[in-house]
Amino acid sequence: MLDDQSRAILRQLQADPGITVPELAERVRLTPARVTRRLDKLQEEGIIAGQEVLIDWAALGYAIHVALRITLDKTAPRAFDEFLAAARQVREVLEVQTFLGRVDARLALIAKDLPDYQRLYRDKILTLPHIADIEALMTVSTVKRGEALPL
Amino acid sequence: MSWDATDFELLRLMQQDAAQPTGRLGEKLGLSQPATWRRIKRLQDAGVIAGRRLRLDAAKLGFGVTVFLGVKLATKGRVSLEDFERAVTAIPEIQSVEHVLGLYDYRLRVVARDLSDFERVLRRRIMTLPGVGDVEANVLLSEERRPGPLAS
Repeated sequence: MLDDQSRAILRQLQADPGITVPELAERVRLTPARVTRRLDKLQEEGIIAGQEVLIDWAALGYAIHVALRITLDKTAPRAFDEFLAAARQVREVLEVQTFLGRVDARLALIAKDLPDYQRLYRDKILTLPHIADIEALMTVSTVKRGEALPL
Repeated sequence: MSWDATDFELLRLMQQDAAQPTGRLGEKLGLSQPATWRRIKRLQDAGVIAGRRLRLDAAKLGFGVTVFLGVKLATKGRVSLEDFERAVTAIPEIQSVEHVLGLYDYRLRVVARDLSDFERVLRRRIMTLPGVGDVEANVLLSEERRPGPLAS
């Protein structure tokens, strides 16, 4: 597992992914050379998998963000695979998740406005295979995002 | 503000790897480095690029369980949404919080080392939040992020 120094590096990097190596070195009280070595090792081990931008879809013109919670008809033998393959084809789907619990799958869907959402829902979502039930949760506001780990 | 196909492609590249140098992004787009930089700046100023996220392998760091919780507030009006939001945001194991309309009031993403660790977080930190009523838990089995409308 991680030692305290690597943990400190990850914690700083997670809080500020754009930080430079010298700044990072100063915050964790190590030399820049040692920080670089540790970063290389964390990347090699696949612990650091990369960096991505967080996109505000509303600022791009997609004002509607809906989580569709889906129950599948499990009597069909390939229900999960066929549903997931079809869901991937919907351009407006941002996330596809499967669960153990009351719902089987969840799709994060964006749309430009309500008429656009209604059209997508009818033409592209309700036509997905093996759906037994759908519940929609519409996001009013995002209070916390970034999915940081409690290191 | 209007965005063209090149902006979308730039966002898609930065969604895959935001750490790559502006020059390399420009090469892939057939743009000069300054032109690429200007587009990134415009996307940032407009709030389209809302931030950057370090992608970590949760399993390798010992976090084996992710649970999505639907939370209904029991006593709306008595406990303000602000109080609930402030308290829930402060819990480190809660990775995301969305205020939603529908069956639940809030949707939380919780990460834990294992199921018993999750139970501890649920009992000690989440069930004790101000105003919490019904809670529904779904354990994440698989997850896939898609480029969405950015895909060419």
